[in-house]
Amino acid sequence: MQTYAFRRGIGKLLLYVLLSLGALVMILPFLWMLSTSLKDEVSALQMPPQWIPRPVHWENFPRAWSAAPFGRYFFNSFFIAITTTVGEVITTIFAAYAFAKMNFFGKNVLFTIFLGTLMIPGQMLLVPNYVTIKKLGWYNTYWALIIPWTVSVFGIFLLRQFFRTIPDEFWDAARIDGCSRFRYIWQVVVPLSRPGIATVALFKFIGSWNAFLWVLIMTDKVELRTIPVGLRFFMSDVGTNYPLLMAASTMAILPVLLIFLFTQRQFIQGITRTGLK
Amino acid sequence: MFARLRRYKYQQWFWGYLFVIPVMAGFFLFMVYPMISGIALSFYQWPGIGPKEWVGVANYLKMFRDVHFLRAVGNTVYYTLGILVLGVPLALFWAILLNQKFLKGRNFFRLIYFLPTVTMMAAVSMVWKWLLSPNYGLVNYFLGLVGLPKVNWLLDPKWAMPGLILMSIWKGTGFNMVIFLAGLQGIPKTYYEAAEIDGATAWHKFRYITLPLLSPTTFFVIITTMITSFQIFQQAYILTEGGPREATTTIVFYIYKNAFEWFKMGYSCAQSVFLLLVLILATLIQWRIQRRWVHYA
Repeated sequence: MQTYAFRRGIGKLLLYVLLSLGALVMILPFLWMLSTSLKDEVSALQMPPQWIPRPVHWENFPRAWSAAPFGRYFFNSFFIAITTTVGEVITTIFAAYAFAKMNFFGKNVLFTIFLGTLMIPGQMLLVPNYVTIKKLGWYNTYWALIIPWTVSVFGIFLLRQFFRTIPDEFWDAARIDGCSRFRYIWQVVVPLSRPGIATVALFKFIGSWNAFLWVLIMTDKVELRTIPVGLRFFMSDVGTNYPLLMAASTMAILPVLLIFLFTQRQFIQGITRTGLK
Repeated sequence: MFARLRRYKYQQWFWGYLFVIPVMAGFFLFMVYPMISGIALSFYQWPGIGPKEWVGVANYLKMFRDVHFLRAVGNTVYYTLGILVLGVPLALFWAILLNQKFLKGRNFFRLIYFLPTVTMMAAVSMVWKWLLSPNYGLVNYFLGLVGLPKVNWLLDPKWAMPGLILMSIWKGTGFNMVIFLAGLQGIPKTYYEAAEIDGATAWHKFRYITLPLLSPTTFFVIITTMITSFQIFQQAYILTEGGPREATTTIVFYIYKNAFEWFKMGYSCAQSVFLLLVLILATLIQWRIQRRWVHYA
């Protein structure tokens, strides 16, 4: 009996050791980024590595900030992430509601085409989309970075699942009381589906914030760069000045990291929900 | 009565169309139309401006004689296999550890493992460029601590792709782990209890309960990982710029180069179509094989 308890104890200990080691590996690159961002160029290259920067060079952050137009990059990223999120949530709510709750000719065909494109690699569409954007006169404008991103098959798919759980009797009752569809969606459907809508918004915001290739192709003006593309050019400017590079990376990662820390439950539920349907 | 019902039906049609029109317009303009015109463009030679010249299947024929393209295909397959063989089992391993019932702090560990997934690839790539630096990188430092020789990670054609795989596994494992974990939590506890009464070992429980019942999740993870891995671009673009000696030139990287640096729009579209066909084919093959190993409860 004692040996059994002992073996269980060892097993538990091993589990925690393994998990902690794994967690350390996952978090170490972030810590190393932060640590490097606070060093001078000489101590960054020190071997064996200096784990805690001494002295702490806080000035790397303002230096990196002013070494490239990061203010502009941040403004662009925030502006695009917020507008695409709001735009997508609005269009997605209506479309998902129509697909979940309304009957109209061709609905199922449209939805099937919709789902079919989930698998298509976005890269395949780059050249034709580039041509379209040029034809529309949207090259090097915010339109190119906002309008195409307000459509998301994933969001419609997710919200449709949420809306389907709302009983039809609610709409019947609201209709008898003379409620319009818009008001019904706004006052009944949206409040009942808040977790789903929050998930769609979160995914979009983070996706827009991190997007790279589309911005790289659809713009070539400095004033339109978002943070990821700006970072890439910053890298070719400062070369191997790793403290500055890491300071810039830290600033780039921070907003999404904070959002994620506060909403992680929502986020992870959203992933498992789509993964298992 | 019937007239009113019919009126309600057409009213519903009207509102239904109105609700989906904004999304549909965007969807057709930026997904359906480009797909069709991309396929069409693949039969032309076109430098991005001016007239298009019809060349038939020449772009496709050229593709299979283009050593650079074939190398890109090889590199992409190498990368994808690396992620599937190393990354997916690792994700399953962490998920099983996190699913132990007496574990405290599960949410904390899950959060940490998931962090890299939400962070910006552009920033993370820079951090890894630094971590993989030959003389001052942490990775080589740790290799040295356990007595292994230094590796010239991103500068050596032999090691550049393993470097990208290493980083991508770090970045992507948390995502698959979360999906595996949800799958594991969906397996009824009673199976394990029954097996324990019959004296099953941990390995038996894993082999004869966990693996079969988890197989739909595993299938989903393999398909989605394959599709996303085949499209690898950013890591190659930022960390290695396709080099050294084309060792990390992937299909999408080569497509990008052809289209936006060399302005061979038609040729690049043909490669995109090829990529799509490969993905469809690979998915179909997986669907066929799945009957042999995926058990739907």
